[in-house]
Amino acid sequence: MNKFGFKISTPRSIDLDNGDRRLYDELVATVPSYRYCIGCGGCTATCSAGQFTDFNIRKTHFLFSRRQYDKLSTELLPEADLNKCMLCGKCSLVCPRGVNTRGLIVEMRMLLNNK
Amino acid sequence: MKKIAILGAGPAGIEAAAVLAANNCPVTLFEKGQQPLCNITDKAFLFPNFADADEVAAALRAKLDNPNITLRCNTEVTQLMPSFIAGFQEENLTGTPVWKVNEELYDVVLLATGYTPFDAHRKEELGYGIYAGVHTSLEMEKMIREKKIVNSVGENPKRVVFLQCVGSRDEKSGNHYCSKLCCVTAVKQAIEVKKLLPECETYVFYMDLRMWGQHFEEMYRTAQQDYGVTFVRGRISEAGGTFDDRVQIKAEDTLLGRPLKMTSDLLVLMVGMEASKGTRQLSEMCHICGEYGFAQSLDPHLNDCRTQGRGLFVAGSCKRPMTLTDAINDGRAAACEILTSL
Repeated sequence: MNKFGFKISTPRSIDLDNGDRRLYDELVATVPSYRYCIGCGGCTATCSAGQFTDFNIRKTHFLFSRRQYDKLSTELLPEADLNKCMLCGKCSLVCPRGVNTRGLIVEMRMLLNNK
Repeated sequence: MKKIAILGAGPAGIEAAAVLAANNCPVTLFEKGQQPLCNITDKAFLFPNFADADEVAAALRAKLDNPNITLRCNTEVTQLMPSFIAGFQEENLTGTPVWKVNEELYDVVLLATGYTPFDAHRKEELGYGIYAGVHTSLEMEKMIREKKIVNSVGENPKRVVFLQCVGSRDEKSGNHYCSKLCCVTAVKQAIEVKKLLPECETYVFYMDLRMWGQHFEEMYRTAQQDYGVTFVRGRISEAGGTFDDRVQIKAEDTLLGRPLKMTSDLLVLMVGMEASKGTRQLSEMCHICGEYGFAQSLDPHLNDCRTQGRGLFVAGSCKRPMTLTDAINDGRAAACEILTSL
């Protein structure tokens, strides 16, 4: 098949025309403060797990809101591995928008497990 | 002749007094401080054109030199209410209430009691009042004014870090609003630091840079182009002290998606604007208290200087965070509304 020495690459772009909105809607319904994020990164800066691993809590929930569920909690993207979170809750303390960040992680894990 | 009281001798109050006086209306201007314009006279230079704050203040103060204006400093107004609530029977001929200001009666009152800077102690995680290297933007302005920018041991800093949105856009402080002028103030102060100390590294940590006013965006560009100020998109989540009295900060560089830490000689917190004590108390007393303790006008578009109290007007940053330019214009607008109502 690979006769010509090249293959067709899969597009990298985030495709908001496709993708399942259902999980996103469920997350918003359970953790409404999810939508208030202004992306300041305070949570990631203070994250205990993020100091030593690639885990980036800000990115995880943005990936979720862009329906990139298959990127979360896999080996493919270490920064989006929700299992790295130790649920210490420091992120919630510093969030200027009062987002329930810890609840968000728990809920994302549950939704992805039951997907 | 109707009696007019203006509460607060800041830019809005003074400008309103000057317009009314020029139209032959005597006004009494109440000021709780020793001097008018206390929020300008502690500044060095003003954005966006680096105007000398003392010159601007002097020009405004000169407007008070009018026989129609009576300035009463050291006079805090603690009572403001319509006379029929205050237990007085007198009402003037048109049936509008007479306003009781402390113990005196006035036909028209203009509330121009302004703002107060956010108290940075309330953001304990940023270390203000705990670590010697953490300052507010007002303290930085004072250092610029004295042309003496120093760290806790009196040496010139090698690094200065500014943090935006302290006490603004912050659920934890109860202030959801944007204070509007901290963005450009940090850019201005970063330039001032570079002018005084060209070798000093300056960083501005921001969430969004809101360069909304005329020449603000150009100032931002100047900071990048001519002064080499570094802008980092991310909120500093905590600050700690080091053994040598410097400040260690943590943020996420959100454009790279990685945590960032750095040590700085100074951390400058860009504190937001809150309703002043006078604004809170007086607007509460006459039932025009709006969100976050600011006074509320009738309508933000069409009737921004009148209130639901007849004969009671509002101007300046007692309504919302405002720049000097906006406050002066608003004082002028309120004076026109008052003249129309007389």
